[in-house]
Amino acid sequence: MNAVLIALLALPLLGAALTLAPIGDRRALHLGTAVTGATLLLAVALAAGFDHDDPSRMQAVTDVSWIPALDVRLHLGTDGISLPLLVLTALLTFLCALYSVKKLPAGPGGRAFTGLLLLLETGMLATFAVLDLVLFFLAFEIVLIPMYFLIARWGSGKKTAAANRFILYTLLGSAVMLLGFLLIGVKAGTFDMVELADAHGSGLSHTTQLIAALAILIGLAVKAPAWPLHSWLPDAHTAAPTAGSVLLAGVMLKMGTYGLVRVLLPVVPDGTATFAPYLGAFAAVGIVYGSLACLALARPGAKGDLKRLIAYSSVGHMGFVLLGIASLTPTGLNGALFANIAHGLITGLLFFVVGAVKDRYGTADLDTLAGATGAALYGRAPRIGALLAFAAVASLGLPGLAGFWGELLAMYGAFDPAAGLSRPAFVTYMALAGLGTLLTAGYLLVVVKRVCMGDPEQPAPVTELPDLKGYEAASWTPLAALTLLAGLWPALLLGLSDPAVKHLLGGG
Amino acid sequence: MTTAHDLGQPLMTPLAVADPGGLIQSVDWVAVAPPLIAALAALAVLVADLFLPEARKRLLGWLSAAGLLAALAALIPLVGDTRSTFCFKSPGGGCSYTADHFALAFQLLVLGGALLTVLLSLHAVEEDALPGGEYWFLLLSSACGAALLPAARDLATLVIALEVATLPAFALVGLRRDGRGAESALKFFLSSVTATAVMLLGVSFVYAAAGTIQLQGVADGLAHAPGQLKPLAEAGAVLTLVGFAFKAAAVPFHFWVPDTYVGAPLPVAGYLSVVGKAAGLSGLALVTTVAFRPYGHTWGLVLAVLAALTMTVGNAAALRQRTDTRHGAVRLLAWSSVGQAGYLLVPLAAAGYAGSDGPLGATVAYALIYGLVNLGAFGVVALVGGSGRLDGFRGLAGRNRWAAFALAFFLLCLAGLPPGVVGLFGKVVVFRSAVDAGLGWLAVVMAVNVVIALAYYLKWTALLFAPAETESESEPASGSAPAPEAPGPRRVPAPLTAALSLAAAGAVVLSVAPQLVLRVVSGSLF
Repeated sequence: MNAVLIALLALPLLGAALTLAPIGDRRALHLGTAVTGATLLLAVALAAGFDHDDPSRMQAVTDVSWIPALDVRLHLGTDGISLPLLVLTALLTFLCALYSVKKLPAGPGGRAFTGLLLLLETGMLATFAVLDLVLFFLAFEIVLIPMYFLIARWGSGKKTAAANRFILYTLLGSAVMLLGFLLIGVKAGTFDMVELADAHGSGLSHTTQLIAALAILIGLAVKAPAWPLHSWLPDAHTAAPTAGSVLLAGVMLKMGTYGLVRVLLPVVPDGTATFAPYLGAFAAVGIVYGSLACLALARPGAKGDLKRLIAYSSVGHMGFVLLGIASLTPTGLNGALFANIAHGLITGLLFFVVGAVKDRYGTADLDTLAGATGAALYGRAPRIGALLAFAAVASLGLPGLAGFWGELLAMYGAFDPAAGLSRPAFVTYMALAGLGTLLTAGYLLVVVKRVCMGDPEQPAPVTELPDLKGYEAASWTPLAALTLLAGLWPALLLGLSDPAVKHLLGGG
Repeated sequence: MTTAHDLGQPLMTPLAVADPGGLIQSVDWVAVAPPLIAALAALAVLVADLFLPEARKRLLGWLSAAGLLAALAALIPLVGDTRSTFCFKSPGGGCSYTADHFALAFQLLVLGGALLTVLLSLHAVEEDALPGGEYWFLLLSSACGAALLPAARDLATLVIALEVATLPAFALVGLRRDGRGAESALKFFLSSVTATAVMLLGVSFVYAAAGTIQLQGVADGLAHAPGQLKPLAEAGAVLTLVGFAFKAAAVPFHFWVPDTYVGAPLPVAGYLSVVGKAAGLSGLALVTTVAFRPYGHTWGLVLAVLAALTMTVGNAAALRQRTDTRHGAVRLLAWSSVGQAGYLLVPLAAAGYAGSDGPLGATVAYALIYGLVNLGAFGVVALVGGSGRLDGFRGLAGRNRWAAFALAFFLLCLAGLPPGVVGLFGKVVVFRSAVDAGLGWLAVVMAVNVVIALAYYLKWTALLFAPAETESESEPASGSAPAPEAPGPRRVPAPLTAALSLAAAGAVVLSVAPQLVLRVVSGSLF
């Protein structure tokens, strides 16, 4: 089992190294698909071999010394919290690689693209698999350079500025986070996440916990992103190529929330409890703010970019995740983890579909797309239209689809927050979040109306509008199917996360 | 060394001794071998220069490389234990030369850096028609001084070693006989001599107050200095620090750096940025943590402020470099080296706060990492040549893939971002020393600086992989827009390739196994 987890990290890295060799662009893209496919198989094998009866225990553990001078250990392992994220990462990367074989964004060629994609995958998987604070920081940083170049070289629009903003913002956050980690390491004498989590903050003074929690919270909140530290996100999403947007929204935002659950909560519980109400408040503001921004973008005449709109919707959705975490209850945390996965699936799908629309129309500008009556995808490209509508409806949290459970549980957690947290405050946050769901439904329906409905006969920016192609179907169907599955059978994920969450909170 | 000895001896021992044999020193030749071999190689080169015909002057370079390699090899038997020599027989008298972990690590940095510089220079000496014998002699002499410095344990030896390291450097900077070279050499000379004078004044004050020049003795002497001598001792300490801060190019003693680097032959600029800085830093570390230990909190604060200023000024200036200025690449590296000096000072400041030499390991580790990758970056700049505009690097990946990859890797190491893993861990240990000593504010300043630094390192890295000039989306260069330089695919000289491969391989190996260099962080250095 632990060999599988090691291979899971080593394989993409090896693939990335292989792309340094002079192989052709086409061959490199196929290599990328093969490697990410094999990685996905490994992730599935890991999930299959996982002891589902005991998901709170770290499994597939490897623990060897790497840098004794710093007391850094190669400590890998997975439990019910990280396993779904590992599988999600492997799946989304594979789908992106598959999609890119046919539809490589305009840029310097397939070899560099594949190399960066694989390096990115290594970093993302490592973030979810490592159990050492310094390694976690390292994995956090590995993703920056590949994503920077994916945006700056293969993106569109103001890509260099967006890429710069993304990397500088994130680096500032993670540098501050590192200071928090080092403070913990210096005071507690270890960087081992399992040991620190088991200690539950004992051995760390209250002041230390406060400072460390603040530093870590800032770093992770930039990544998540929490309002008001989200401003790098819309630009990065708008400029990034489709594969970049999918991975950025689908996986990289989760690195922030995962860190909150894995590091902040168990390691510095006192500090977290102090800051939880603030985090909840920012989350609630983020939910409303994201929805209002989307509503403004969706208005006719606002020249709203569809990708930008989905990016802002991510701010709102991640707000639910943060709210669930801030409630510090098992219910809220389960909801947050569920919403994490659901958002990865749904937003991944949304970015794929919108990217395809943008490729076909040459623009994602909502006003240009919609024209006078609407883009009429139902009439002109019915399958794409249906998928977009499906993803939008899933995103607004329709019961029976993945988006529903996470947000419901997160709000439920906020309704009855952990002991010591102010109930009235959290009930207010919950009410704001409820308002946010209404607004979310509002803008998503406006989008569906303006993009999917309309008069097919009206003059359109492009005359030829091919419907769903084979490779698109291949890379999107799994996401749609899993969205449905997670919506109908939430126990699949909750069964994994619940015992692990209880263990982290010190109950089980 | 002997000078110091002669100077100290009459003070400590009565002239008439019962045992005259005790005055005869036994010198531990193995301990002093590394700087000694470098010095002998320098003399050998100077003599050989007289007899070698013009066509075979190239051999001198290889002779220098061999000498430095031998000096490096001489470090090997010293690993593991502390050996001292030139000791005072009197009770309580220390030794003037000590080869401990601290000294060995810095000697490794200095001699290794000098070796890389020699490899980088082999080509430059021919291309710029520099006088061969003089060049190699000066380089080796300077390296000898810089190697002696970290092992020196009394103030006189320190000063002499620092001068031996610096004086040849003035000449090296001015060797390229053009106006710019002369100007930079003069600038470097005048400011450096001023600093030396100030430092000598400080050393004499300290000697007056403490009654000895032994570093350990100074610490004891200062701790028990009579009250009326306190101001003198403090003034002396400050003045001494100024001298070393100048060599380490700490703000506000940094203004000579950019012009000197630009005017000097490129390998010499790389040499100054690594070996020169290492010399200044090791001296600073010795003086502060050993000699001025009783004043730890005072100089700790001073160094912390210096560190914050240095990194901020250096990085801000580097950020302002435009891509179309002549010698922009070297200028950027010069300012970035000022910024890096700021990071290097952080653990020193932490040592003052912690009251122990524990944090020093972080400086040593970071200096080793920085030296390797910075010389590598200078190597690629030398390889690309041309007018040294940053714009000249646009699209390098298309012309010379491996050079572009190497430079990108070096720059990311300097920035401390994966895949430059070793640079990242270098920063981690520096951060840790600051957090450990309770210097939270300095750690935050440094975090902000790391982000600023990333902005310009990344700008350069992105240029390497940017499409060629025609499709550039950046704003056109103002003024007399220079034509893009596209030096044709010229043959890369073998020594340059060797130097680059060495630096790149070293950085990659250290990225996979950072323990190799970070081991100096744990355990005692002295």
